[in-house]
Formats: sequence, structure tokens, C-alpha cells
Amino acid sequence: MNIRLKTRSSRIGVVLPHSHHKLTAAKPIEKLPLPEEVIIPLSQHIGAPARATVKRGDKVLTGQKIADSDRPVSAPIHASLSGEVASISSLISPATGATIEAIVIKSDGEDKWVELTPTKDVSSLSNEDILKKVREAGIVGMGGATFPTQIKLMPPKEKPIDTIIINGSECEPYITSDHRLMLEYGEEMLKGADLVRKVLNPQTSFIAIEDNKEDAIRHLEELISKLNLPFQIVPLKSKYPMGAEKTLVKAILNKEVPIGGLPMDVGAVIQNVATCKAVYDAVYLGKPLIERIVTVTGAVRDPKNLLVRFGTPLKNLIDYCGGKTTAGGEVIIGGPMMGIAQFDLAFPVTKGTNCVLVKEAQVFAERDCINCGRCVEVCTMGLMPTLYPKLVKKGRYDECKAAYVDNCVECGACTYGCPANIPIVQYIKVAKKELARRAQKK
Amino acid sequence: MMPDKAVMPADELPVAPGPHIWRGLSVKRVMYFVIAALIPPLAASIVLFGLRAFLVILTSLIFSVATEWVTKKLRNKPFIMDGSAIVTGLLLAMTLPPTMDLWMVAVGAIFAIGIVKEAFGGLGHNIFNPALGARAFMAASFGIQMTTWILPLSADAITAATPLSNSFVFSSRLAARLALYQDMLFGNRAGSLGETSALAILIGAIILTAFKIIDWRIPLFYILTTIGIMALFGQDPLVQLMSGGLMLGSVFMATDYVTSPITHTGRIIFAVGCGIITAIVRQFGGLPEGVCYSILVMNSTAPLIDRFVRSRPYGLRKAVKNAA
Repeated sequence: MNIRLKTRSSRIGVVLPHSHHKLTAAKPIEKLPLPEEVIIPLSQHIGAPARATVKRGDKVLTGQKIADSDRPVSAPIHASLSGEVASISSLISPATGATIEAIVIKSDGEDKWVELTPTKDVSSLSNEDILKKVREAGIVGMGGATFPTQIKLMPPKEKPIDTIIINGSECEPYITSDHRLMLEYGEEMLKGADLVRKVLNPQTSFIAIEDNKEDAIRHLEELISKLNLPFQIVPLKSKYPMGAEKTLVKAILNKEVPIGGLPMDVGAVIQNVATCKAVYDAVYLGKPLIERIVTVTGAVRDPKNLLVRFGTPLKNLIDYCGGKTTAGGEVIIGGPMMGIAQFDLAFPVTKGTNCVLVKEAQVFAERDCINCGRCVEVCTMGLMPTLYPKLVKKGRYDECKAAYVDNCVECGACTYGCPANIPIVQYIKVAKKELARRAQKK
Repeated sequence: MMPDKAVMPADELPVAPGPHIWRGLSVKRVMYFVIAALIPPLAASIVLFGLRAFLVILTSLIFSVATEWVTKKLRNKPFIMDGSAIVTGLLLAMTLPPTMDLWMVAVGAIFAIGIVKEAFGGLGHNIFNPALGARAFMAASFGIQMTTWILPLSADAITAATPLSNSFVFSSRLAARLALYQDMLFGNRAGSLGETSALAILIGAIILTAFKIIDWRIPLFYILTTIGIMALFGQDPLVQLMSGGLMLGSVFMATDYVTSPITHTGRIIFAVGCGIITAIVRQFGGLPEGVCYSILVMNSTAPLIDRFVRSRPYGLRKAVKNAA
């Protein structure tokens, strides 16, 4: 069996000419020194926030569960340091503006771990055992969507899964955290991916990687044949937003996920490579998810890939990389396309933080749409992005809904190429939020 | 448990909505690409018609930009030198005969910007292509001047018929026909400034499509429709292609973003519509040329086409199937 398949592409999408991966792609992962204090938000995932199970003054160990939820779509949270719970405070989410609870832990400087129970014979584990370990470890999708992983591993019976796609495409410029993970933790990642495969039992298992990461493709190819795993690597043309789930399904399987549906509706489950590594840690080592790889890049003196404990303030990461080289630069969590500019350097790294990007802020005056159609040409979701700003300005939200605004994945390709500098994605977010509010009212 | 303190922002950081990078192709840049593509036909017209052509171009240009400035001030809007008024001024000049009185050119330019563009709300809001709207206005107002042509490279203004007008007799002899093709390609024939040299327009078209400034579908479908229908009527396709304003209009006017549909399919419908109307006017109409009116008529249908021809959302067919 050929491990490496033919390179696939997507007909639509945009070619981003400057990937900026060179800044960090060759830099081995470094451990960021532990902070004195971590601020751990209780909502680092999609779904119900976890509730604190510790209180102020409690002593906690690294890896100890400090928050959990009995709701199905949720994930527990663990202490990323040993020390004392200094307070339960609140943070304003830069993404949604909502207030979220957070546990502040003061480090005792010793990083004493809870006792971990590694599994000696992983092959003896049942699917239920694996799912339980994944849930207890607090694993969520680490590609950015942060959907609780165990839910994706338990598709309903009427939706059989025939394909899994392990997603290492990493299509945003600047970000190299998954790239480094595949190079440095390739074996662990593959073993974790194999557990995902075991649970879902699909006919085909793909690993999707953009062709700008040739070294990662070669490395995993060797490992797959060494470990004798039934994975096939699909190299993908570097075209944004290739790594988005629905684009991947189209490019690899030539299927379309129904509107409002999930990839499992067409028999596919997609897991990010960092999530697979976390599954390995949870099942083989019994280790909960308390740290991740974060690319710190852009306008910092020394861009790096760092292994960071959750709750570490952004300031620590930037300082460790030599500080900003631009006085007024934006600090963005995520990549330059979908990332969110932060208003506070005290904001912590969470489960979905794959990148911290410092970039000179560029704000352009919005002009009138000239109907050029570039947004329509690049939209991988087949929408007409130009409609939404016009409709939102007039408050015609129902027409946004009729024009499938909810289908938008907010990749930003339309706005990136807009000659009139219309912040289209921003208008789309407004429309979605308003429609959600109205739906809730009814 | 109630939160006992809020973590307050400590640093002042600039925030902007994403995406945080931009391709950099602004409206202004698009316009300057169009201007660059107009240089070959402009240069050809000056070579062919000399100072007259130059003065027509200059007058149209100055009055277009000045009108834009004045109307923006009157409307209390900022004047942005984005090049769109330059494009309109140059395009209008391309549609005019070189013998046009300059005051008429000025009136046309004022009408193009003041009425056809700014009165409808400015760039992005106009229904009709400003240059063509003004040309139609001038054809109605200055009928004789607008249909008086001279042969290129002639010092004195000898009026001549364009290859499309009824008085022009097609030669069926091969040598004469080849000579005609050659004249049309290089512009050695009577016509408006931008209608004479097919080669110069072709160079402009290549610039615009190579840099993806215009959608190739519009000129291709437009031209194929017109010469296809005309071939059915027994007309020489190459003469049809290179005569009148077909090349100029299909490359520079029908592709105007604002007044053409937004989807690929919509643009094809639009272009085919332009092509059909042009052919009908050429074959049956009382006018020697139909490009200007066909594009104006189709301009008025563009919003309707955009309303009904929409791109297919990803995952739509599946959703319908599931619901059924």
C-alpha cells in the first residue's frame, strides 16, 4: 500500500503569498519557564463551561482536576501548576465579549504532579476505557475549534464513520505549532491517531498535510511504515482555508457536508494532530491536557515554538521571545486570518491557543463595494459575501439568513482580498449574532 | 461561587478585526491597472489621429476629474483620487470621433461623472457605465458630430464611412479582404478614437486578463455571441470582430465591475445578452453600431441578474435531499 497519496487541491480558496512559516518552522520546541501564577479559564471549549471543584486557599497539584461539568458537551479543566488557589476571578473573553470564570493558581515553584497512572497494555483497553480517559483528560479539538473530543469519538449509530482525517494541514500563515509537533512528537501523534482510529473503526484513515511541510510528510511516512499503521498521507496544495473541516472533506473525499451539518453526516471525522498527541498522553501516560505547543511569532525579537502550560499570561510568552519589536503592534491569538486581537497581555494561553502573533495593526477606511466579485470567487462555502455588509447595514437580517449566512466559516478569505477594504467577516459575525439572539427570543 | 475580583486590562493594545493581513489590491490599484491597459489604444489613437485625438482625450480627462471633485464637494463627501474618474474620462474619449468639438467633449465628461455616476451615489452605486451613458447622451444631442469620421493619418478632415455603416461595400476579393483585415488590425480606418486599432485593444485585454483585473468570460462570450450571430447572417466574422466598438466595449466597458453581474454565470448571461443585442442592432437597426446601447441595456438588467443568479452554497444539494 502506498502511504503517500497524490497531492489534492481545492478549486476555490486563496493562495496566500507570504506564509511567514520560515520565522519558526525550523525552531525546535522550547519549554517556557513556569509562570508564578496561572489564570485558568473554565470555558476553554465549545459547550457548557466547567464548574470549579476547588475553592480559594485549596492546595492543588499539577494535573489535578479543578473544574468539571456534568453536561454532555463540556470538558474538565486541570491545574497546570502545583500551588494554591489564589482566587476564582472572571475574565472578559476577547473572542465573544462574554465574562468567563477563571481559577487563579499561585505557583509553589515545585511543579508537583498528581500521581499518573500510565496504561501498560494499551491494546487491552476497550473503546469505553479510551473514551473515558479522553474525557477525563479534558481533551478538546486543538486546531482552534475546541470541540470536546470524546463527543466527536462517539458518533450516533445512524451515522456510520467510514473515514477519519487526521488534520495536520495548518493552513494559516505564521503558525508552525502543528508542523513542529509532527516533527518532534510524530510517533506519539501517530499512536494517538491510531487510538482514534481504533475507536471509530473507519475503512480509511488519512493524514492531511499541506505540501509546504514536506519534511513533516516524509517524517510521518517513515514512521507509519516503521510502526506499520494503516494511515495514508494526503498532501494538500497550500491554499487557504485548506485546513477547515469542510474544505478538507471536499478536497479529500469530494463530498460536501450538508448545510448546518457536521462532517460525520458524510461519514467523516476530523481530528487535529495536536489533539491526537493529547489522546496519546491521556491514554498511554494517563496525563491530562495541561500544556500545548504555541508558536510565538511576527514582530517579536526571537520567534519561537514554545511548550506552554495553560493559564500562562501572553506577556510571559512575548517576553521570553525577546519582546515586541513594534511599539504599537497588535497581539493576536491565532493566525493572521482568523486570529483575534487581544486587549490585555494578562490574558492566558488556553487549549485552543496555537499561536501568538505580534503584528503591526493595519486599519483601512471602508469604501463602497464596487461589485468586483472577488469575495464570491474565493468563498469555499459558495456564498456571496458581498451581500452581507449591505444587508446588515440596513438591518435586513432575515435576508442574511435566507442567503445562508450561517454557512460561513469566517475564514476571512473574502475580506483579505476585498479592494474596498470592507470588513466583511465582521459584518457576518454581527449578522450571525443577531440571528442567534432572535432565535433564542422565539 | 461568585467571582471575587476581576482581572483588569493592564496594557493598552491596539485591536482590529481580522483578518489581520490584506492582499493589497485596492480599488485605486485596480483603476490604475485599467489605465495602464488603456495606454496602447490611447497611444494608437494619437498616432493615427494626431493632435485632435490628444485634445479630445485631454479635455475628457480634465473635465471628468474636475466634475468628480466638484460633485464630491457639493455632496459633502471626501474626494478620493482613486483613478475611477480618470478611467471614465479616458473611456469616454475612446468612444468619440476625433473631430468632436472640444466643448462637446467637456459636456459629455460632465454628464458622465455628474449625472451617470455621482447623481446615483458615486462609484459602486451607478447603474450605467458612466462613459457609455455619456456617449449615448452625446449621440442624442450632437448627432452629426458623433457620426462624422475621418480617415486616420489624413491631414485634412475628409469624412469617411466606418466599415460598419451601410455605405461601406465589403470586398469579396481575397487580396482586398486581407488588406481590409490588416487595416482594421492596425487601425488604418475611420472610427472613434478607440475603435480603430484592434491590436492595441488586444494588448490592453491581455494586460487586464493576465492580472485578473477583468473576468475573461465577459469579452469572450460577448464577442463570440455577436460574431456567431452575424456569421449566421452571412457576415465576415473577422470584420465583425474588429469593426465598430465591439472589442473596446467588450474589454473595457462591459467588464465594468459596478454595472455588470457579480457571479460567473451571471456575467456569462450578461455578456451573451450584450452580444445578441449588438448583433440585432448591427443587422436590423437604424444605427451603424450597437455596442454602446447593448451594454447600457444589459447594465440595467445586472441587478436583476444578480438577484436571481446566485452561487450555490457548499452543502446545499445535500440539505435539500435530507429535507425531502
